[in-house]
Amino acid sequence: MRLGVLFSGGKDSCYALYKAQKTDEVACLISVISKNKESYMFHTPNISLTKLQAEAIGIPLIQKSTEGRKEDELKDLKSAIRDAIGTHKIEGIVTGAIESVYQAKRVQKICNELNIWCFNPLWMKDQKELLHELVNHGFNVIITGIFAYPLDEKWLGRKIDEKVIDELAVLEEKYQMNPAGEGGEIETTVIDAPFFKKRVDIIESDIKAEGNSGVLVIKKAKLVSK
Amino acid sequence: MILVIDMNHKKNTLAFSEFVLPIISVAEKTEACVAKHYSEATQKEIGKYSKIILSGTTLKDNAYLEDVGKFMWIRKTDAPVLGICAGMQIIGAVFDSGVRRCEEIGMTDVETVKKNLLFSGKFSAYELHSRVIDVPEDFCVLAKSKKCAQAIKHKRKDIYGVLFHPEVRNREIIERFVGL
Repeated sequence: MRLGVLFSGGKDSCYALYKAQKTDEVACLISVISKNKESYMFHTPNISLTKLQAEAIGIPLIQKSTEGRKEDELKDLKSAIRDAIGTHKIEGIVTGAIESVYQAKRVQKICNELNIWCFNPLWMKDQKELLHELVNHGFNVIITGIFAYPLDEKWLGRKIDEKVIDELAVLEEKYQMNPAGEGGEIETTVIDAPFFKKRVDIIESDIKAEGNSGVLVIKKAKLVSK
Repeated sequence: MILVIDMNHKKNTLAFSEFVLPIISVAEKTEACVAKHYSEATQKEIGKYSKIILSGTTLKDNAYLEDVGKFMWIRKTDAPVLGICAGMQIIGAVFDSGVRRCEEIGMTDVETVKKNLLFSGKFSAYELHSRVIDVPEDFCVLAKSKKCAQAIKHKRKDIYGVLFHPEVRNREIIERFVGL
């Protein structure tokens, strides 16, 4: 089946893409760039990097920007998916949703209205297990956003490895923080993965942080051979 | 050993990890589980397991309704059976009930209407279906939403069907079924 992956450039959408490639043909990536920083659906700190990531992966990207007003952004997502159906003849959508019924329901409804398939290959997956799998499969994932106590700017830019997973597990136990950050506690950016033909090299970045909230904004990056 | 039956239109689809693995991750805390696609679940195979759970499928996948003949073992088995969403629909089809269109997507209010061993009272459940069944003659309704029957049970056997997805929200329902 020809599929389009809803792609934010973070670990969940990248891992969903990795899974989808094992069973189906991923014909395109779809990114919605929200101008609303509070967007529940689409906001991630380095969403504009998706263009470079798509180039690194070697799969066409459909990018759409939205003002991010609650229900309008769904119309924009639907329009992007409709473009993907027209341009890339996709028959279904893949998302990286894990626990969020809020996001899953909305994408399911859009797919239902457009009469296409909807797949969520990470659905209900144990979040620590997910992090371990990413490390074991050679994903290079860095933390580019922190939005919860007791995280601070020292976390920004760290690569997710076994040590980081152990530290996140401690925070889960102590503060009931979701270790994979699907509740928005952390945001990530994937700069290399097994299916990347080239890796993303960060040349310039900027940390903007205050208290337990902050982002690492990638200002300049390039692709390098692996 | 519990058998979890993959109801997706074919073996090893991308939907396996979405609809089968979450059931296993709940059930295997109590008892070991094996997953098999419905095309492999013969009468002889079914006899090896203590309980059977039938998974759901993606919203667009209704292929199982073209394969009702492959599920006739449900009428004969003495093992407890739990059909989730597509699983409930196939139980209805096996017991000669009609299947009609009815869509619910997302969290839905469900109300228990008959005392049973799996759940009680009012609760909010995750739904992902475009079809429902008419309740078969040998079954009673255990719970309903505004739109339709949400849970049924065979009047004499431990054959349960739930239209919502207890592997997403209300996982204790699977735990209680496994503990029957």
